[in-house]
Amino acid sequence: MRPVRIVEGGVTALDRADVDTDQIVPKQFLKRVDRTGFGEFLFHDWAKQPGWDLPRNPILATGRNFGCGSSREHAPWALEDYGFRAIVAPSFADIFYSNCTKIGLLPVVLAESDVRDLMSAGHARIDLEEQEVAFAGRQAPFEIDPETARRLLEGLDDIGVTMQQEEAIAAYERERERAGPVTTKL
Amino acid sequence: MPSTLFDKVWDAHEVAEGLLYVDLHLVHEVTSPQAFESLRLGGRRVRRADRTVATADHNVPTDGSSAAAQIADRLSRVQVETLERNCREFGVPIYSLGSERQGIVHVIGPELGVTQPGMTIVCGDSHTSTHGAFGALALGIGTSEVEHVLATQTLQQRKPRSMRVRYEGALGYGVTAKDLILGTIGRIGVDGGVGHVIEYAGQPIEALSMEGRMTVCNMTIEAGGRAGMIAPDETTFDWVAGRPAAPDHIPEDWHRLRTDAGATFDEEVLIDASALSPQVTWGTTPGMVTDVTGAVPEPRHEGEERALEYMALSPGTPMREIELDRVFIGSCTNSRIGDLRDAAELVRGRRVSPSLSAMVVPGSQRVKAQAEEEGLDEVFRAAGFDWRSAGCSMCLGMNPDIAAPGERVASTSNRNFEGRQGRGARSHLVSPKMAAAAAIEGRFVDIRDWG
Repeated sequence: MRPVRIVEGGVTALDRADVDTDQIVPKQFLKRVDRTGFGEFLFHDWAKQPGWDLPRNPILATGRNFGCGSSREHAPWALEDYGFRAIVAPSFADIFYSNCTKIGLLPVVLAESDVRDLMSAGHARIDLEEQEVAFAGRQAPFEIDPETARRLLEGLDDIGVTMQQEEAIAAYERERERAGPVTTKL
Repeated sequence: MPSTLFDKVWDAHEVAEGLLYVDLHLVHEVTSPQAFESLRLGGRRVRRADRTVATADHNVPTDGSSAAAQIADRLSRVQVETLERNCREFGVPIYSLGSERQGIVHVIGPELGVTQPGMTIVCGDSHTSTHGAFGALALGIGTSEVEHVLATQTLQQRKPRSMRVRYEGALGYGVTAKDLILGTIGRIGVDGGVGHVIEYAGQPIEALSMEGRMTVCNMTIEAGGRAGMIAPDETTFDWVAGRPAAPDHIPEDWHRLRTDAGATFDEEVLIDASALSPQVTWGTTPGMVTDVTGAVPEPRHEGEERALEYMALSPGTPMREIELDRVFIGSCTNSRIGDLRDAAELVRGRRVSPSLSAMVVPGSQRVKAQAEEEGLDEVFRAAGFDWRSAGCSMCLGMNPDIAAPGERVASTSNRNFEGRQGRGARSHLVSPKMAAAAAIEGRFVDIRDWG
């Protein structure tokens, strides 16, 4: 994963709440077995509606509970492939939020009023290290789990990080792992 | 210090801070191919194939095809064949098309007995929350996390907050687990549970069958919850006993899997179950729901206006006047034997309305066989239902079971999102009983005073 520290540039506004991952990438595009090229399917059905406009910018500002529904990581893959590097919303669905952090797409939670101002500002600079979004001449701070921030900033491979805990995992399996069920013996 | 059921399961699995050991990893064809490929590229192996099991469900045709080769859609076929190849290469047990154990991943886990109280369970699927019905901590994850679990048998996870939804009273006649959870989502909202593991408690929950408890926990994700849990009891133990992977005796520590008196939650919600009516959704999120005796509401904001436009409904229309084109009984929410018995009981000796088509899709081959043993297939067929083979089917339209644009569907599934069951299709979520009665009448009816 490439490191993420600063995301700066234009802001695309999608002023809708509860945008589900079925809208972000409809089911018919989940049949592929690779993880690239999903950008062209982003908001496939909505994009066919009159008046739809989703400029390719580094930042997407949107409504609460963004990314709800299906756990499909294809949704962040599509947003990233389309050109977004950060998504700012008043809240995110849990699985979607986690999926974004795994691919270096920065999810940022700001108060609803700040998100609205950001949509109007049209341009912003997000600094992950400082945990703030600068727009329209002011800074809005945001919270992020320190460990998640560290992995994003350093572009760490999660599996590599966990494998450094191999001894602890092996000890758990030796001493505390519960008995069964054993799937290979069914 | 008194602790919650969630605390107990969490504490028993924390390998290090923020790192959770995974007892069981369920795998299906849609969210796993990229994970296996990346594992292969990294030269990594599956750490614990003996804690992993796979099935094909999302893509499979439900017309009785017995092998992946019979999947007409090339991309679907490739995806199922890729799963089969990956499982062979990495030594993961798989029940694919043609296996008598194949079925929806959240139906076969409990059925095989690999879902057990007190476990941590993950799957690259949001409806993994289903398994919480057994007092397991069951988390839906994305594909990167699937790869992480395959490689390390652990999940990086910050501990979520806790919420308890406690029910009082008793469910009335004709009011089911589906209505309980739809009513709850209507109350707390589709993001009411975000960041929380929700424990469902109270007499109405204890009175539910395991199928009903699975329905409730399944739709936790529709309230935004990270996971849903129900304390295991004799109902749970009886259900698990005798299944292929079940232990010979109920382990002593399963009895301790309950929230201690005096334990506290970050949030508490109290709901009067006796006040609930059969529920029907009217919009494009599961939270846009009302009583069957109610009417389509006035939109309160732009999102609801858009939903009504998509659904082609006008405010004030009684729910019971909404006419249907299709009825779907199935999905990981409502395709178990108890669900099918509920529906069959109502359609026995009746005929599906000539104005619509109706299908029943058992959740697994085992459920299908059981239903056929009981003659339920004959009941459904005689009434004019299409009796299908196991799979996700029309819950998400990744297979040939798909609704046409503009068609209005009464569905026992979990999501009424735009286009979920087919582009332009309009979904109304209901219980199996409500779906069965709607199939007969061609419109929604209040099953409490029907027939």
